[in-house]
Amino acid sequence: MKKNLGILCLFLVVFIATAFANPDFVNAYNLENLIRRASLYGIIGIGVSLVIITSGIDLSIGSMIGLVGTMLPYLLVTHGASLFTGLLAVAALSACIGLFHGLLITRLKLQPFVVTLCGLLIYRGCARWMTGDSVQGFKGNYDSLRYLAIGKIPLGDLPGIGEFNLPVPFLLMVGLAIVAAIFLNKTIYGRYLLALGRNEQAARYSGINTDRMVVLAYVLCSLIAGFGGILFALDSNSIQPDNFGSFYELYAIAAAVLGGCSLRGGQGSIFGVVIGAAILPLLRNSINLLGMPTTLEFAIIGVVILAGVIVDEVVKRMAAKRRAALAARQASGS
Amino acid sequence: MTESPQHPLLEVRDVTKGFPGVIALSHVNLTLGHSEVLALIGENGAGKSTLMKILAGVQEPDSGQLLIDGKPVRIDSVQSAFDHGVALIHQELNLSDNLDVGANIFLGREPKKNGLIDKTKIREDSRDLLARVGLNVSPDTIVERLPIGQQQLVEIARALSVNARVLIMDEPTSSLSAHEAETLFKVVKDLRSKGVSVIYISHRLGEVKELADRVTVFRDGENAGDLNRDEINHDRMVQLMVGRDVSQFYVRKPHTPGNVALEVKDLVTPANPGHKLNFAIRSGEIVGVAGLVGAGRTETLQVLFGVEPAVSGTIEVGGKSVQIKSPIDAIQAGLALVPEDRKLQGLVLEMAVRTNVGLAGLKRNQKKFGFLNSDQEGTDTTEMISKLRIKTPNEQQMVQYLSGGNQQKVVLGKWLSLHPKVLLLDEPTRGIDVGAKQEIYRLMEELAEQGMAILFVSSEMEEILGMSDHTLVMHEGRITGKLSREELSEEAVMQLATGNVAEAAV
Repeated sequence: MKKNLGILCLFLVVFIATAFANPDFVNAYNLENLIRRASLYGIIGIGVSLVIITSGIDLSIGSMIGLVGTMLPYLLVTHGASLFTGLLAVAALSACIGLFHGLLITRLKLQPFVVTLCGLLIYRGCARWMTGDSVQGFKGNYDSLRYLAIGKIPLGDLPGIGEFNLPVPFLLMVGLAIVAAIFLNKTIYGRYLLALGRNEQAARYSGINTDRMVVLAYVLCSLIAGFGGILFALDSNSIQPDNFGSFYELYAIAAAVLGGCSLRGGQGSIFGVVIGAAILPLLRNSINLLGMPTTLEFAIIGVVILAGVIVDEVVKRMAAKRRAALAARQASGS
Repeated sequence: MTESPQHPLLEVRDVTKGFPGVIALSHVNLTLGHSEVLALIGENGAGKSTLMKILAGVQEPDSGQLLIDGKPVRIDSVQSAFDHGVALIHQELNLSDNLDVGANIFLGREPKKNGLIDKTKIREDSRDLLARVGLNVSPDTIVERLPIGQQQLVEIARALSVNARVLIMDEPTSSLSAHEAETLFKVVKDLRSKGVSVIYISHRLGEVKELADRVTVFRDGENAGDLNRDEINHDRMVQLMVGRDVSQFYVRKPHTPGNVALEVKDLVTPANPGHKLNFAIRSGEIVGVAGLVGAGRTETLQVLFGVEPAVSGTIEVGGKSVQIKSPIDAIQAGLALVPEDRKLQGLVLEMAVRTNVGLAGLKRNQKKFGFLNSDQEGTDTTEMISKLRIKTPNEQQMVQYLSGGNQQKVVLGKWLSLHPKVLLLDEPTRGIDVGAKQEIYRLMEELAEQGMAILFVSSEMEEILGMSDHTLVMHEGRITGKLSREELSEEAVMQLATGNVAEAAV
């Protein structure tokens, strides 16, 4: 928990500052939207953090969301596939993509950056070609499925906020986060990922099937990205094959890094990633509500993230120095 | 020797240096004469490296004086150390191995002509410098292509190029083969005869005995004693280093070997596909594997442990033939490997002592659905910390903050918690101090007594002579001889290690 303190503070500062500056911020409608976006980003952030922990990266997430997001309505609406077939098909597609990445990285020893960069291009091209580059949507059907993305659970009249409804994606995200946190911290597989992310050779020499674990991480990442893609598609209902999900891989990676994952691998906390993922839509929202020029949006987000990472690094260095000094004292004392 | 200069070449007077929480050096003195090889020895943490960094201008002392030719000097940067003729050769070489020899020698000080690097001058000057260190390679050779021993000579040539009069060598033979070490000794002696003085830091007391004119010993950041040429012997040095009498450095008891624990038949390794290996180890037996670097010893252990696949041949553990295709299979069969490079292959440095001890047993100890067995991990860690006397503030300490010896004990603890039948050790005491070495020897002895079969690779002759019940000697990928305790001698090992099989009693 201590290591997530920085990111939590950053989140609270932006949140409280915006709330004071513009009373519209804390109204129910705005918060519901914010939570829904944050939850969707959180889901894909959790996925990519599993890969980043192995010291890998997945740049193809945005295009995967584009591909899955267009394929689902394309199969259901254009081809009249059953709901079961449609969902199974996109899930299988996602898993295969992850497997493909993982095998290229472990068997052929290709660099994750290169493999998934090519994936980014390939899946985007596939999505556009398959659908003839035409906008996809659910045409007012599949309301029960869309409930997953746009559904709300009424919580009644909350003080200072009003009639508040909890978006369903928030529950999905929390559920996924709990499962992921248990996987990472309480199972031997999570331990394997953390160990091999720090030192692949030492893990292998300790009898860990490192290749298989890396493949597993990519499969999980792609599956979760596919799940995210379904939710994003259900949420928007108007899916442009040429740009749906563009840049989302960067949001996911930024969330993971803000949440304490090192791109060098071996560390990460699911709770941190969830907060990290919430910061991005929060900043956007703040920029809007505070009347800053929206053209500056990216610049402001970039500066805030950079500042956060710098502060984090400085704090970490100070802590490391203290620890080393303490260790030296203890060593000389004993 | 024509005139004896009034002042020593280099003098360290009353130097103290502290770091937050620890005094690294406390009022130490050191004197280096002209044309002298001074060995500086001491356990890890004795303050040798700190003093070397001070002399090389990497750090400045808190108090005390440095004198060169009797005059006080201030060395506050690597450049000023060079200006005073002091150069440090690091244990890990500092070469850009993608560049050629000449470029490395003059890196950062390239002679220029019309604003461009003067390649011709570099080539000519490099040839002279390489000749001085007896290295017969072209200045245009890419450093990467040279064996490690020759790379070291390049580094020495670089030190000579700044007219170094004081050469500080930190564990220079730690990664050299015996043959390369011999070459290095020759170069050091040659430099001495040409007026260069050397401060030679080493854990290997055998080579200290061979090279040093004098020995200075540090212990816990203080002077522990000096030995003149005629006083230098193994026991005196160890005694000064550890501060107590070490009458019996190697604790050896006669073993009663049991059944064959590991048998290798016609094993062919990918590194040396031309040779078939055959040997057997009994339980309760310590078998040493001697040979020069590159003889195929590490590669053999790696094949046994499944890091590299065998080309052909069979491996039997406890009389049963086993297929070992990965470390997973090897562990399953009851093997354990303490690898050569503990930081790279043995430990996850940025993880806790506890996590490292538990790493190999995660799968064996897991609970239902792959959940971690935290209790077992805790019990194992507590047991290993006390059994192996791992010096750590607590089990959550990151392994990177432990000393080399304690890190090695963590690697051992990881394996011993699995109770292996056969323990493979690759250079088990490399780069660790005398105290920890002795503890590891005692542990090996204890484990053998309990019936474990131990196969250890070592480049330290003393270790082979002191520890092994049997010795396998390898040369260029094959086993050139097997020596029993009675046949074992330095001479016999060297004969076999250099491929002189005719002399051998196989």
